[in-house]
Amino acid sequence: MAKRIDVSGLSAYYGSHKAIDDISMTVEPRSVTAFIGPSGCGKSTFLRTLNRMHEVTPGGRVEGKVLLDDENLYGSGVDPVAVRRTVGMVFQRPNPFPTMSIFDNVAAGLRLNGSYKKSELNDVVEKSLKGANLWNEVKDRLNKPGSGLSGGQQQRLCIARAIAVEPQVLLMDEPCSALDPISTLAIEDLIGELKERFTIVIVTHNMQQAARVSDRTAFFNLAAVGQPGKLVEIDDTERIFSNPSVQATEDYISGRFG
Amino acid sequence: MSNTVTTRRPVADSAPLPVSLKQPRLPRWAPAAIAVAAVAVGCGIGLVAGLESRIQWGLIGALLFILGTYVLAAAVEGVRQAKDRLATSLVWICFVLAVVPLASLIWETVVRGIKVLDGYFLSHSMGTLPDALPGGGIYHAIIGTLQQVGLAALIAAPIGLLTAIYLVEYGRGRLAKAVTFFVDVMTGIPSIVAGLFILSVWILILGFGPSGFAGAMALAILMMPVVVRSTEEMLKLVPNELREASLALGVPKWRTILKVVLPTSIGGITTGLMLAVARITGETAPVLLLVWGAKTINNNPFEGAQQSLPLYVFQQWQQGSDASYDRAWAAALVLIAFVMILNLVARGIARWKAPKTGR
Repeated sequence: MAKRIDVSGLSAYYGSHKAIDDISMTVEPRSVTAFIGPSGCGKSTFLRTLNRMHEVTPGGRVEGKVLLDDENLYGSGVDPVAVRRTVGMVFQRPNPFPTMSIFDNVAAGLRLNGSYKKSELNDVVEKSLKGANLWNEVKDRLNKPGSGLSGGQQQRLCIARAIAVEPQVLLMDEPCSALDPISTLAIEDLIGELKERFTIVIVTHNMQQAARVSDRTAFFNLAAVGQPGKLVEIDDTERIFSNPSVQATEDYISGRFG
Repeated sequence: MSNTVTTRRPVADSAPLPVSLKQPRLPRWAPAAIAVAAVAVGCGIGLVAGLESRIQWGLIGALLFILGTYVLAAAVEGVRQAKDRLATSLVWICFVLAVVPLASLIWETVVRGIKVLDGYFLSHSMGTLPDALPGGGIYHAIIGTLQQVGLAALIAAPIGLLTAIYLVEYGRGRLAKAVTFFVDVMTGIPSIVAGLFILSVWILILGFGPSGFAGAMALAILMMPVVVRSTEEMLKLVPNELREASLALGVPKWRTILKVVLPTSIGGITTGLMLAVARITGETAPVLLLVWGAKTINNNPFEGAQQSLPLYVFQQWQQGSDASYDRAWAAALVLIAFVMILNLVARGIARWKAPKTGR
């Protein structure tokens, strides 16, 4: 199921602007890796290069290699659609499809990728909603629109939608930044369960969250506004938060950051 | 002032501020009362001064209403509230000015059109009836309008829809800019020019005769840019997050457009289509040039002259007899009703297809 990600020498551009510069790291399978760093340092951009969503942005361009178990995502002949089926994504703001019911939202990935039998779909939807800890709340109203749920429920619906297509890797771009503490806790618990099946990468601005949920943490920074973002260091979360090897990391984590 | 910056006394000690947040307000019925009074005074002045035109009475009344509101509000509530009321009354007067011609047009058409409008009128053509005699109907014109507008929509809707999808979802660089520019240019084409274009190509160069289809082609030229523009706006309203959500699930782009983008915006797109249809339904010039008009029923839009409602109105008006005037008004009423029904259907579809909130 879960796959290892090896990034080497990766730079991403928006038109002529270089957003991230020469990033290399390894993301271990069946673990949670957190990305932290100040706004605008390229965490989200880097995350989006891992499932080739960066190039969806007009002018988006990537140099370098991303190996998913030895297969380069940016190799010639690689279909971005196939990449995105393997590497799922949850976005910052919950974005259920407004025209679809809760059931259809979860089934969307499968249904839009080909025809499935109704009974199969039922199983997958139930499994995914259970996996996202949402089943008990919505099992009686699967045919209601997804946009009628609360923000936290919508985000868990989006997670259910992402895991319904059985990806190898799950990317989460600040999944809790629009949620209240209770919903955040629900999603953090969920991340802890999901990491047994998926490789998870999460971008967060919340230090405590990074410390709580992740096994490894990467700190990104940028030299100045307008400069490309860089990876400062990546290490075990415990080490990053207790004894980081770079001074800038400690300054950022302890709040002594310009 | 007693409290200077240097002393920095606590707020409670400082110079007395207005204690209450309440201020004197005009009663709720005040605007209505002022309006009635203004109109009454306006009529009075008009009568006394012997002004012929009722429009002048109305304008004087409107002016009095604005002045009266401002002065009264300034006296009772203060200048800021008076300005607020001034803006409000200006908006109301503009609204009335916009509605009066519309209402009077509909009133006039209904009163004059209802005279000969009955089942017979709707279900018979003019046939060989002499124009000066009463009787006859518009069945042939209804058939013609439905066929011509339907064919035009069949041509223009797919082309316009696909163009808009290209412009919003795929279009980059020079080609997209050129297409946008030409759509803008097409929006400004006068209908007679579209008619002349089809006339020269279809009838003069290719040698076909007049037909409903020729008219439909000219109407399609007029309809296309409207469809492109409205669809474009609707597609742009679809949040990018939805496209990204779908793409991130590994759904190909074309399927994302078909299953996520279009369903989300289908209500608005349909409304735009209906409004475009309503717009071309009333076109007369291209129909006059290309369909010619006929007195009898022609069910085949691909051959021979046909009638259409706006052209029927025009031709009956030209005849100049009392009976044909009545028929023109009745046909105009049918035309307005047709467009109004289209608009209502469009609104219904927009409401029905709007993304549900589920609350």
